[in-house]
Amino acid sequence: MDAVIALWTELPVVIQIVMKIVAIMLPLMLLVAYYTYAERKIIGYMQVRMGPNRVGFFGMRLWGLGQPIADAVKLMFKEIIIPTGASKTLFLIAPMLTIGPALAAWAVFPFDAGLVLADVNAGLLYILAMTSLGVYGVIIAGWASNSKYAFLGSIRSAAQIISYEIAMGFALVGVLVAAGSLNLGDIVNAQQGSVFHWFWLPLLPLFLVYFISGVAETNRAPFDVAEGESEIVAGFHVEYSGMTFAVFFLAEYANMILISALSALMFMGGWLSPLPQNWVDGVFLLDDGFQWLLLKTFAFMFLFLWFRATFPRYRYDQIMRLGWKVFIPITIVWIVVVSVMRVAEMPWWFN
Amino acid sequence: MLETYLPVLIFIVIGTAVGAAMIGLGFALSPNRPDSEKNSPYECGFEAFEDSRMKFDVRYYLVAILFIIFDLEIAFLFPWAVVLDQIGMVGFWAMMIFLGILVVGFIYEWKKGALEWE
Repeated sequence: MDAVIALWTELPVVIQIVMKIVAIMLPLMLLVAYYTYAERKIIGYMQVRMGPNRVGFFGMRLWGLGQPIADAVKLMFKEIIIPTGASKTLFLIAPMLTIGPALAAWAVFPFDAGLVLADVNAGLLYILAMTSLGVYGVIIAGWASNSKYAFLGSIRSAAQIISYEIAMGFALVGVLVAAGSLNLGDIVNAQQGSVFHWFWLPLLPLFLVYFISGVAETNRAPFDVAEGESEIVAGFHVEYSGMTFAVFFLAEYANMILISALSALMFMGGWLSPLPQNWVDGVFLLDDGFQWLLLKTFAFMFLFLWFRATFPRYRYDQIMRLGWKVFIPITIVWIVVVSVMRVAEMPWWFN
Repeated sequence: MLETYLPVLIFIVIGTAVGAAMIGLGFALSPNRPDSEKNSPYECGFEAFEDSRMKFDVRYYLVAILFIIFDLEIAFLFPWAVVLDQIGMVGFWAMMIFLGILVVGFIYEWKKGALEWE
């Protein structure tokens, strides 16, 4: 063991960082792959179907667990079509610009107390910046495709994303007021105590606004007019095929996981245990730890799928009304309420 | 201080490189048999009527302008929110007045119908 640690510390810093990044990215990619499988399976069962159940490993079906791998391999061997009228460079840059920030946002994400790649003080600001960059991928893809469906889809999608980003930003300001720090680890530590110290309770309206905005931000049902199949086919990525499409697809799911993980971190106490501290102190798996963060993240990820199976699609004017006329007033009012609570030093939450 | 940002930079580079590598792999492994029909823009099987970079509704433009105003607002709120318990009542009231002015502007644009989509 000591030899391994000695070997690790002797490695150049850059190599250490790259290995850490791989250690974050590989499980994340695996999670993305199996999230698509979970989506098809869960929605299948919700609609009284089986979902994928054929593709397995080594001749065994295994409930279709080989499906995401088979999908990835299939997409890899599909032709990448670049339309004649498209701006070729922008057309190929757009998917990279979508997945880059979706992965890079995990750089400041703390997985457990002290377990973070870059413990920067501007963590939340960085996450907000990275998630905002996603809109460039959408708008460049729609423009570069030179197709009417892609163009309309990208304009709609961009307007929707930036509208909900305001509500999202205001909700984050509420979290900052409550926590008094931009560092994501400090935000979790500020929620220490019990389930009722977690920010979901004092920031309940902001919590709901944040998660719903997250659903809208990732263009998921019921806010998926950008790719409304019945009107504009697939929206901004209608001209993309093969691996270029797969990259957009991966980025979308990576963003959903990111939003779920951030909701768990900022409003549900992150890695803190929901059980009273004196019961679980030192008890394996029940004490504070990564497993709780994972469980909470999975709960939010499940909500994304549940929404898709349950709600009909919103109309575009209803989406804009919800974003501008409902969410923004709610968040402004609640920021004022939270800052009054903070200044008045309400006991219990803001010590 | 600044070296804590090195992993962030490397992560951004690797994240984008992963995207590039996947697309490169797609190009390397997939067939490439273009023809003029396959490469024409998709329009439900018709020939494309006109240039697709067409006029669009001015309201999208309005949304973009309003977004800039509000996003700037959030940029002002961020530092204030972090140090709220250190700046006392003066800091608190300064931001409340600022938010009040913002709300007046918000009510104005609402009444003007800038947020209507019919």
